[in-house]
Amino acid sequence: MSIVDTAKQAAQGLMQGAMEKLVPLAPDSWIPGGVPDPLIARKHGLIGTPVSRLDGPLKVKGGARFAAEYRFDDMVYAALVYATIPRGRIVAIDQAAAEAATGVVLVMTHRNAPRMNTPAVFGSSPTAVGPADLPILQDDRIHWNGQPIACVLAETQEQADHAASLIAVTYDEEPSTTSLAGAKANGMEQGLFMGQPLLNEIGDAEAALASAPHRIDHVYRTPRHNHNPIEPHAATLAWVDGGLVIHDASQMVTQQAQTIGEVFDLTPDQVRLTSPYVGGGFGSKGLWDHQVIGAAAAQLAGRPVRITLSREGVYRVVGGRTLTEQRVGIGATADGRFQALIHSGLSVMTPHNSMPEPFILGTRAAYAAPNIALKVEIARMNMLANTFMRAPGEAVGTFALECAVDELAVQIGIDPVDLRILNEPDKDPTSGLPFSSRHIVEAWRRGAERFGWSDRPATPASRRDGEWLVGMGCATGTYPYYRMPGAEARITLTRDGDAVRATVEVAAAEMGMGTSTTTAIVAAERLGLPLDRVEVAYGDSAIPGAIMAGGSQQTAAIGAAVIAAHNALVAELLKLAGNDSGLAGLSPDDVGSVDGGLSKRDDPVRRESYASILSRARRDSVTVTAAGSPPLELMHWSMHSHSALFCEVRVNAVTGETRVTRMLGSFDCGRILNPRTATSQFRGGIIMGLGMALMEETQFDERSGRIMNPSLAEYHLPVHMDVPEIDVIWTDIADPHTPMGAHGIGEIGITGVAAAVANAIYNATGKRVRNLPITLDRLL
Amino acid sequence: MTPFSYARANDAAEALQLGRDAAAAYLGGGTNLVDLMRETVARPDRLVDVSGLPADIAETEDGGLLIGAAVRNTALAEHHAVRTRYPMLSRAIVAGASAQIRNMATVGGNLLQRTRCTYFYDTDGSRCNKRAPGSGCDAREGFNRIHAILGASDACVATHPSDMCVALAALDATVHLEGSGGARRLPFADLHRLPGDRPDIDTVLEPGELVTAVELPPLRLAATSTYRKVRDRASYAFALISVAAALELDGDRIADVRIAFGGVAHKPWRATRAEEALRGGPATDQAVHAAAALEFADARPLRDNAFKPALAARTLAAVLGGLARGEAA
Amino acid sequence: MSLIINGIAVPAPVDPRVSLLDHLRETLHLTGTKKGCNQGACGACTVLADGERILSCLALAVQYDGRSITTIEGLAQDDALHPLQAAFIEHDGFQCGYCTPGQICSAIGMAAEARRGVPSHVTTDLTADVTLSRAEVQERMSGNLCRCGAYNGIVEAIRSTVAAEVAA
Repeated sequence: MSIVDTAKQAAQGLMQGAMEKLVPLAPDSWIPGGVPDPLIARKHGLIGTPVSRLDGPLKVKGGARFAAEYRFDDMVYAALVYATIPRGRIVAIDQAAAEAATGVVLVMTHRNAPRMNTPAVFGSSPTAVGPADLPILQDDRIHWNGQPIACVLAETQEQADHAASLIAVTYDEEPSTTSLAGAKANGMEQGLFMGQPLLNEIGDAEAALASAPHRIDHVYRTPRHNHNPIEPHAATLAWVDGGLVIHDASQMVTQQAQTIGEVFDLTPDQVRLTSPYVGGGFGSKGLWDHQVIGAAAAQLAGRPVRITLSREGVYRVVGGRTLTEQRVGIGATADGRFQALIHSGLSVMTPHNSMPEPFILGTRAAYAAPNIALKVEIARMNMLANTFMRAPGEAVGTFALECAVDELAVQIGIDPVDLRILNEPDKDPTSGLPFSSRHIVEAWRRGAERFGWSDRPATPASRRDGEWLVGMGCATGTYPYYRMPGAEARITLTRDGDAVRATVEVAAAEMGMGTSTTTAIVAAERLGLPLDRVEVAYGDSAIPGAIMAGGSQQTAAIGAAVIAAHNALVAELLKLAGNDSGLAGLSPDDVGSVDGGLSKRDDPVRRESYASILSRARRDSVTVTAAGSPPLELMHWSMHSHSALFCEVRVNAVTGETRVTRMLGSFDCGRILNPRTATSQFRGGIIMGLGMALMEETQFDERSGRIMNPSLAEYHLPVHMDVPEIDVIWTDIADPHTPMGAHGIGEIGITGVAAAVANAIYNATGKRVRNLPITLDRLL
Repeated sequence: MTPFSYARANDAAEALQLGRDAAAAYLGGGTNLVDLMRETVARPDRLVDVSGLPADIAETEDGGLLIGAAVRNTALAEHHAVRTRYPMLSRAIVAGASAQIRNMATVGGNLLQRTRCTYFYDTDGSRCNKRAPGSGCDAREGFNRIHAILGASDACVATHPSDMCVALAALDATVHLEGSGGARRLPFADLHRLPGDRPDIDTVLEPGELVTAVELPPLRLAATSTYRKVRDRASYAFALISVAAALELDGDRIADVRIAFGGVAHKPWRATRAEEALRGGPATDQAVHAAAALEFADARPLRDNAFKPALAARTLAAVLGGLARGEAA
Repeated sequence: MSLIINGIAVPAPVDPRVSLLDHLRETLHLTGTKKGCNQGACGACTVLADGERILSCLALAVQYDGRSITTIEGLAQDDALHPLQAAFIEHDGFQCGYCTPGQICSAIGMAAEARRGVPSHVTTDLTADVTLSRAEVQERMSGNLCRCGAYNGIVEAIRSTVAAEVAA
């Protein structure tokens, strides 16, 4: 980051700060969500009914086409060469053997790559999604060990891979910082997240901690993680008539098209990026160097290109979650009321990106305490730019916080569930805002009963079954409700005989969350049409608006955009209906969509079907596009999802191996739209949390800055055998202030899981492990 | 992958003929070799496909088993005689890799698989004496959780990754070889080398020499045997420690015992010191821990694997205890 | 000689470096078989070779000359889904769908192995007939990673179809 960028970020932060002062004071009715979405009151429709994925048949037949499965005529294959030093300059590249190798079409390095703009780094503008503020293949500089430095195009992948292996590079290595100790020694800075400091100070937390009757004060550490979607990052792309067509794997199609377009000085309509299916993303399926390199090479060679990262390549080019070192201090009264809550520490970034791991976000609204001190500092290291990974901040932050709460419960001798409920806040403890919807206590009580929490061994290390020590633990998970601006929806109603079909287009991404199915459900319900009359189009930058499958906000963003488009559609239909309709004279606010037409809300007899309106107006179809309202509700209420997690583990007394044998997630996430896909979302998050708890670590060699386990064999993800049946329940209480009453649920699942597991391990063994992952050697 | 030619051998003679060039390699199931070639760790200019060679499992005259080198891992694990008479071998095989890999991998190839040291695999970015002799060893001071604690050298701390081989070491198997100099037989324990100053050489095979079969001797106590693997997830991971053991009791004393460890050395580690210490002695936890202490007396743990001697001892005690109680045989 | 892919004979590649996986995807345009790691570590590329599940990424196509390969595209009969494919939808045994073809092919191969009596790491009695308990299915399917975490649904789909047939 340059100083200018940092200043710009800070200025944006100030602007946002001003809004945050005004919006809370506005009356509810001025705020989006101030009047509840009418769909919340509708109890017997599709919403809340389990619906199988609409793209299921295609996926089980292998018919869903992913990025690396598109073809262009005359297409060539790309292979990358990666730097092997953490910092320095390229002195020489010997590429003669590669160029002479069979099938080679092009060897591209910084010396012959087309001149390109540096991609705008994530957060520097609403559509900027570049990985770092670094030029790609434009100079001889090396910024991280693994940086792509050459690209080979050949007629086949085998030829390209082989030729890439023949390229020999000589470096002039320069001093670098690749160890945590070295990064700390270089000095720390205040962390900024979305332009605002990761810093909260209320009262004097240190003094309150020092004088509290009960005190917990420990440091917790979490390592680097990689997303590891099973689909490696890939793009199949071509230059067509001066424009760029990219079939990509993206969770931010519009923004990615825009950012890559700017790299090549293209106008937005000159870039078409499609991404109908994404083989998992978890935060990683965005713009990285490979799409830019692929497009540049295609331009230089005059041939379409398929660039698929090898699995090692994914680790070299696509950043993961960075490490954290977190101190949690809790001071409590004799009966367990928090007097001080301190959560501070560091996360590591590169000199060129803007994504600290914001591990205090979940703590801000977690517990009532009169004295609070929260702070994230940044140390810089020469490494691949880290990025968002499922619940950035909360996933690792809840590990530290919720282990500390458990440690406090042990010290006081109180049930950890009771301790959490005792410290439940009645308003947001740091912003002072009212909660929009918070039913975490109900989630705790229902979860505890269903799990059989009362059967928990009261004394650690007291229950044994053969070789296995058995214990139970719990933790709370949390993730904010977000809704980002920029979403639009385009609705087209088309006459089809006596009925209509609707097409709903949103520039959203489907990585398996069930978005396309849920969008169809919600749109059908909102339009008053059967599900099979609604088609959802998505994953295409040609669709208006910009929607990100990130921050668990996509469903809300789509929901608000569809509300806006539906309002526009109603207005348009009323105009078309004219004076001969039973609807004549009504304003859009008076009517709703029911049974394939519009009817007066308080007098449903006054209605006309869509087909009739279109037919009388001699129209085959009507199309409207509208943008969702600005998300001011985020500044008016404190909006969060919550979970109560319960876990039973068995720890082998001989080997230290841990097996999670039971797991229950009790969620408070507003209204659940599609229980079938929601269950999978929750479970998927929990399973990633189990991996984080027990096995996942990106091995970063501090001597070289090189990732040493760039492989699914050596980076351990949970396999079938690691995963018990996971029970999932939810309160299903609608948030009155969100579209459909729903909250996003993509990230809440992973939060708190590592703490629940660690706490269960403590209960089983009496051993408290504060560093992840909790491998068997830490329990021997 | 470096270009190569491919030829299929129909019998051992043809394989030897095709494989006599120094840069040729025999291809079994490909589950390790193809991966190594893709990473350019291995760069043969010719592959001689020996996966179609005899894949029989036959009874020998003395009551043992002769296992063709092309027998697939799954076929060996499911063979009735193996399941009943050598259960540790069945269990070792199904503890290794995934079912898909076991369906592809051959017995011969399993013997010759190479280490999973990540520095060995990192062709471009790391120093490794096994891959590039004389370049150095980045594992010694690096990530070495899965690395050796016994028999390592300054040049190399890699481990042999096979599970099956740990059982074969414990079972006193014999390896049948054919080469330009004719056929020979090798005690299994002599097949794999310790790294010394030539870690690039994993086995004592001559260039072009072909594994044709593995022979199991009749071994009564093998019927009371098992294999236990300790790893970083519940399945599908390489061993941190594994134990293959067979036990025969005479009352409460150990009449005979076979022990081998995986995950501790450059080769499957036959624990002869521990066996000697236990043979004829009491079958107690204490005796087992004492024997393990003897076996690991020379252990030289590294940064990330100091837990291994204790883990090995505890696992061994649990395994022998289980066998003594008649469990999991 | 040639490879038989879903019943149709196709020539083996000229370049022996081409894996069965790349041959399927890039030459034959059968992209239902997925490339997840190309390291033999994720199972996404699982296909059936003469009914046995293998990893097509570690298989050189030339080595499978003369063998009969079934991919995900070869499972459905005309328009009717294989019962296991239908069960994957019913039990939501996937999210992104990328590991799904490999999971399905693997499960079909697994059922055949179990019928034959092949033991697994969690089999207590090595000599008894195999019953595909939950744990047996989990262990036998552990070579197929799913990062979305659809494991519960996958196991349910398998146990309600191909695994149930083994027990019967």
